[in-house]
Parts: sequence; C-alpha cells; structure tokens
Amino acid sequence: MLKERLYDYLLHLGDNSMILGQRLGELCGHGPELETDIALTNISLDLFGQVRNYFQAAAAIKGDGATEDSIAMLRYENEYKNTLLVEQPNDDFAHVIVRQFLFDVYHQLLLKELMSSKDETIAAVATKSIKEVNYHVGFSSTWLKRLGDGTEVSHDKMQEAVNKLWRYSLELFKPTDTEIWAAESGVGADLDQLKPIYLEKIKMFMDEATLGLPEATVFQYGAKSGRHSENMGYILADFQYIQRAYPNMKW
Amino acid sequence: MENKTLSLDDQFQERIDRGENIEAKDWMPEKYRKTHIRQISQHGHSEIIGMLPEGNWISRAPSLRRKVALLAKVQDEAGHGLYLYSAAETLGISRDELMEQLNSGKAKYSSIFNYPTVSWADMGAVGWLVDGAAIINQVMLTKTSYGPYARAMVRICKEESFHQRQGYEIMLSLCNGAGVQKAMAQDALNRWWWPSIMMFGPRDEESPNTEQSMKWKIKKKTNDELRQQFVDQTVPQAEILGLSIPDKDLKWNEERGHYDFGIIDWEEFWNVVKGNGLMNEKRLKDRNAAWDEGQWVRNAALAYSEKQVERKAKKIA
Ligand SMILES: [Fe+2]
Ligand SMILES: [Fe+2]
Ligand SMILES: [Fe+2]
Repeated sequence: MLKERLYDYLLHLGDNSMILGQRLGELCGHGPELETDIALTNISLDLFGQVRNYFQAAAAIKGDGATEDSIAMLRYENEYKNTLLVEQPNDDFAHVIVRQFLFDVYHQLLLKELMSSKDETIAAVATKSIKEVNYHVGFSSTWLKRLGDGTEVSHDKMQEAVNKLWRYSLELFKPTDTEIWAAESGVGADLDQLKPIYLEKIKMFMDEATLGLPEATVFQYGAKSGRHSENMGYILADFQYIQRAYPNMKW
Repeated sequence: MENKTLSLDDQFQERIDRGENIEAKDWMPEKYRKTHIRQISQHGHSEIIGMLPEGNWISRAPSLRRKVALLAKVQDEAGHGLYLYSAAETLGISRDELMEQLNSGKAKYSSIFNYPTVSWADMGAVGWLVDGAAIINQVMLTKTSYGPYARAMVRICKEESFHQRQGYEIMLSLCNGAGVQKAMAQDALNRWWWPSIMMFGPRDEESPNTEQSMKWKIKKKTNDELRQQFVDQTVPQAEILGLSIPDKDLKWNEERGHYDFGIIDWEEFWNVVKGNGLMNEKRLKDRNAAWDEGQWVRNAALAYSEKQVERKAKKIA
C-alpha cells in the first residue's frame, strides 16, 4: 500500500516535469533568438534529468522489469498525472513564458518542501533540483517582466496568454488522494499550505510585469487524475512513437 | 630593412606564413575580410540550420537517455552558431545582417541539412557521418590564420567529436539490436553516405578558391584529400557495425594505401546547393518563421532595457 502510494506520488512529480520538458523540446531550434533557444533547452534538460531520477526510483519500487522508459513511455493516456497547464501548446512565445512562469513558481515552492521529504530519494532529487528551478524562476519571471512591460504589442500578447492559461494554474494545488497521503505521511508537500504563498508571489511578479490576473476565472481540473485535454494524445503520439511501434527493443 | 619594401599585402602574408594569428583590430586586405565573413557566417548558418533536422526527432526520441543526449547535442549546435556569429561580428557584420542573409536565402549553409531525417537511425548516421565529416574540416580550421575563427574552432571541435561518438553509439545499439533496428541503421547509412562525402565540396579541379584558401590557412588540405581521409577512417567503422557502404566500387587500394571509391553524383550535389533538395524550402521556412515570430519578442526586450536605463537615469537625477 505504502509502496503503491509512493510509486504514484513519484509519477505525480515526474509527469509534470516530463510533459513540460517535452513541450520545450518541441521548440528547440525555433525560438526568437539563439540565446532563448539555448535557455529553454537547458530548462528542458533539467526537467528530464529530474524525471529520470524520479522514474528510476519508481521503477525500483515497481520491479517486474520496469524501467524509467517503460514508466515514462508505456502508460495509457489516462494514467499520466501531469496537470492541464503543462500540456498546453506552444502557441507563441508569450504562452511559452507564461506557462513556464506559472509552473516554475509552483515547482520552486514544492521542491523547497520536498527537500525535507521523509523519502530519501525525493529529498535528494529536490535538493539537487532546487538550484536548477531557482534559475528557471529567474528566467521566466525576467521574461514575464520584459514582455509585460516591453511594448504595447508584447504587453497585449502576454495579457492574452495570462488570460488563457491562468485557469489551469490552481489544479497544481488541488490535491489528489495520493498527494493528500504524501502530505500526511511527510513524503510530499502540503499543497493547501503552499497555495496562498503561490498566489501572493504570482501577484507580485504580475504587478511588476504590469500584467493582471483575470477576474472571475473558472478553473479547470482533472488531468492529475487522468482526465486530460485533447493535447495529451498528440503529445503522447510523438513521445511514445518508437516504443509503441518497435516494442521491447533497446535503443 | 627589407620589410619596408614589402607591400602591406605581402607583410600581411608574411605574418600568416610565420604562423601568427590575425586579430580583429589588425590591418587586413579587404578580400581577406570579405572571404572570412562569408566563410565564418556560412559555417555559423550551417550550425543553426543543422539544429532543424535533428530537432525533428527530439520529441520522438526512443528513450529518456537518448532524448536528453539529443537535446544537449542540438543545444551545442546553437552554441556553435553563437561562437561563429560572434567571430563573424568581429569582422564588422551584425547579427541582424547575418540573420537577414540566412533567412533571405542569400547566404549559403551546408547542403547536407537539406536532406530529411526520416528515422531514428538518422540521428545515429548524422552524428557519425555528418559531424564526423565536419570535424575533419574543423580540426584543420583550429590552425587557421584568423584568430577568433581558430579559437571558436578549438571549442567547437571538442563538442563535435563527442557528437560523433554519440552518433556512432546510436548506430552500435541499433546494429546490436533486433533485425528491424539493424535494417533501419543500414537504410540510414544508404541515404547519408553519399551526401556526407559530398560535404567536402567539389573535386579539386572544380574548386577554384583552394589556392587562396591555402595561403590564408582556411584550408590546409584540398577537398579531395579531406574526402579521402574521411572515407579511409569511416570504412572500418562501418565494418565494426556490420553495415555495408552503398558503393560497389569501394575497395582497398594496396598501392595507394587508401580506399578507392565510386563516382559522386555531382548533379545531385549542385541541385541541392541550388535549392532543389527535398528540405531546402522547409528549412528556410522554419528559420524565417522563428525569426519573424520572434520579432515582437526582440522588440520588447529592447524596449524594456531602454526603459530600465531611463528609469535609472531618472533615479539618479
Ligand atoms: Fe556544431
Ligand atoms: Fe559544425
Ligand atoms: Fe555537432
């Protein structure tokens, strides 16, 4: 029971990083300038590095020949536990930055908590990853300011992206059964506690960027328990392609 | 003193002959400057366009380890592009001008990137053969006369040889894998072999710039010599993989101490150079899209930094 919970929690942690990393990977070579291309690829690399750590631990728990790759690539769509936010498409650079920013601030708060997780592996991954994620927050919040407070055009594009993506943000803080177990057992973070800090931080950065949060938002939930948007199928079609087309091979 | 009777051009050549590096602030003949802007920027463009055929497989990489390695590789190529553009900028051309030349199709880049990457094995073949061929050229350029170019090459070469090993290792995994994987590897070699040996450029008889390039140490060996070196080093590697090189005329020539190989289809080569490869249009379209869609971002970044300067000035006043 405990093992199953821990396994499931590792998937919660890994899937968000993995699907966001995958989205960033799609952008490689297509950014507005070489420097941002390099930075976004770096973030993607960091995220996949974390995923590998989480899924190696998950594979050890699962046994039965499971590997980081079977866990990453051989699940059905409704078995992925990432949030709606990270599966949103790379509509334009504004969406990329806002999506990143909304996730990074959450990710930073989460990892700070996980550094003192009762699970050694999770604590070690969090301790290693927090430095990376501090950099991610620096990157996305700086671009949020630059573009929010840049030109009229960039301001409008950013506001539009905020208006569109904000509705996916609070799913990060709506705990699943597994996340409630993780908080209670000291393995994971208490999302209820993090939420007000998150909201405060987001508002502060948004103010600095001269952007506003939309009022009367109808928030969207469900992906963490397997109800994904239409995006997810296409992401997985790419992501799983070789593993599905050529099963049981080494690469 | 004899030197006083030498022209500036001759003195310049003497420095190169002595093995001195030419630096950005040094006097240089206009033709040297122009040739170097052209060559270095073409090289930079090749790195940037080269990101696309491999970027094409990032989202479909077969394992997390391979995905991370491929991401890192494509990122390295962006870094190479940056070093090379910086080296070109020392000669008095701006990044915007460089991008404009690339996007408008005015500037050339290595034709190899106008071939499609259609299977995962292409990530192996491109690393093994394309980075492999590039290294042969680039190792030579670490000793070139223009300092900023030579130094960029030293940094780049280290990473390129890593890329080549990574590509070869992908091929090894495929060749040690299932039959369908080995067939995928053979198919990739079949498609990439000839374009790779074309990367060294036209035959010496048809390569009019070679003599001048040799004098300036942009070249130390001719296209045909480099091509031979590549074939000689690659054939045994293919044997280890258990793959056959798609050239029925390929055989060891005891007398020459080199492999003989078949006749290159130069018509195909020139066709692709002139824009008629399968991917020419798409590559340029993707670059243009990235640049055009990024314009508002670059504008905003500039506007923001100007505002910051103003705000600081106001604070001080
Ligand atoms: Fe490169
Ligand atoms: Fe290169
Ligand atoms: Fe390379």
